Amino acid sequence: MLDLDQGVPRPLPATNADTQAYWTGGERGELLIFRCADCEYYVHPPVAFCPKCESRKVAPSATSGKGVITSFTVNHKQWLPSLKVPYVVALVSIAEQEDVRLVSNIVHCEVDAVYIGMPVKVLFEENEDLWVPLFEPDVAL
Amino acid sequence: MNSASKYPEKNTAITGIGQSEISRGSSKTGLELTVDACMEAITNAGLSRADIDGIATWPGADYNASGFSPVGIPHIQDALRLELNWYSGAPEGPGQFAAIFDAIGAIAAGLCKHVLVFRTLTEATARKTAFANALMTSGQRDHGLFQWYSPYHTYAAAIQQAMYFQAYVHRSGIREEQYAQIALNGRRNAALNPKAVYRSPMSLEDYLASPMISTPIRMFDCDVPIDGSTAIIISRWDCAQDLPNKPIKIEAIGSSMAYRNSWTQLDALDTQAQPKVAEMMWSRTDLKPKDVDFAELYDGFSFHSINWLENFGFCERYGAGDFIDGGHNIALDGMLPINTNGGALSAGRMHAYGQVHEACLQLWRGAGERQIAKPLNVAALSTAGGPLAGAMLLTVD
Ligand SMILES: [Zn+2]
Repeated sequence: MLDLDQGVPRPLPATNADTQAYWTGGERGELLIFRCADCEYYVHPPVAFCPKCESRKVAPSATSGKGVITSFTVNHKQWLPSLKVPYVVALVSIAEQEDVRLVSNIVHCEVDAVYIGMPVKVLFEENEDLWVPLFEPDVAL
Repeated sequence: MNSASKYPEKNTAITGIGQSEISRGSSKTGLELTVDACMEAITNAGLSRADIDGIATWPGADYNASGFSPVGIPHIQDALRLELNWYSGAPEGPGQFAAIFDAIGAIAAGLCKHVLVFRTLTEATARKTAFANALMTSGQRDHGLFQWYSPYHTYAAAIQQAMYFQAYVHRSGIREEQYAQIALNGRRNAALNPKAVYRSPMSLEDYLASPMISTPIRMFDCDVPIDGSTAIIISRWDCAQDLPNKPIKIEAIGSSMAYRNSWTQLDALDTQAQPKVAEMMWSRTDLKPKDVDFAELYDGFSFHSINWLENFGFCERYGAGDFIDGGHNIALDGMLPINTNGGALSAGRMHAYGQVHEACLQLWRGAGERQIAKPLNVAALSTAGGPLAGAMLLTVD
């Protein structure tokens, strides 16, 4: 069973005013993605500029937290001494917009259950001052 | 406007090549290896140090212990006491070929006649002391290129690339024994290359028994860290005519970034950045894929070569599995020999510059036992993966 603990602490990203919402929205259970107030396009990675309509009114917006696995890999190599393997790294497209693709780990299922096209939903793991988005199956297994 | 002014790469030629020893751990420093490669290239071109008026490298010295790029332009310029009009070592460009394309630009701008281009790695030695390929370090915040991957135990490029390749496997239906052919072809050719680091025979059974790194990538799908340096001389066409080697024309380049250059948001995971880069290259020449005699395709991971076979148009989209099935088409005596020195998978990770060196050796018919028997006039070369890609065609009359 894939769980959250891989035996080593998660390395954490530096954040700034653009990325802070993504990495902290989990405190309120929200997967926050920048969205254009004028044309509703989701802009990720986050920046206050809409490439569709050039609006600057682009700000964090709560999504459904649902998505689909666009691709994934089962990592078997023990890159660090206490790293537990195998685990799944995936690219998840959010349900609202295919080209917003989030890197994540897939948890709470067997390794063999993961497939391209699998519906997933977000959960969060608190790490220091950040809430790391993870995904679990959103389908009966 | 003549074609050389419309397409400035056609006004340049490779006139010399050099390569240090290639090993799984050298007693020489990166700088000494670089001196070996550069001096051999200058001599091979029939030039002297005083003739070199420009220098380019990729990505430039990275000033850390990874061995990824231990030598920068200032180091080799001073070691050789070069007097230059122009120099550039910039990491952001169309993959490892950025240095070559920059050199073409400098020649077209009238800044240089003979540009020395080099690439040096000492990753074999670096790996003996640390896991130098880790993209990030626990316990500190990641400011790097791969921030969006930071918390997800993505410790190596293999994991990212594996997701792109999984998408390709899913779409194409390529089978394991088909994609094994890239590694098997490389090893077969490496057996004929005295400088290759892995030369012992590899069977399909050996390949299938090799450890899974990150699905679908096995150990033998990954390039091999080495210590080594490779250098080439790029000369203005008119300055290339009276030199000992027949000039190898840079017929066309693909350097575009008309796609999302992102390790997460790249347009199509299964084809990566390559299609528009290859399209640009073909738009700059009358040559067609059928005119290409052999190809040196980037194989940082085996799937890069598979992607390039399709994106160059050597076979149909998602048809690479059938094209390489059994390995005959891509063998030295096949219709399109590829990775003739063993590629990065078996000759060693000279990071695209091994392929450039090999293409020139083949075009000059100096590849020894692994020389392709048929006449050779056109070579296709490619580099990089993920959101990075570069491509070029080399020709000799
Ligand atoms: Zn907009």
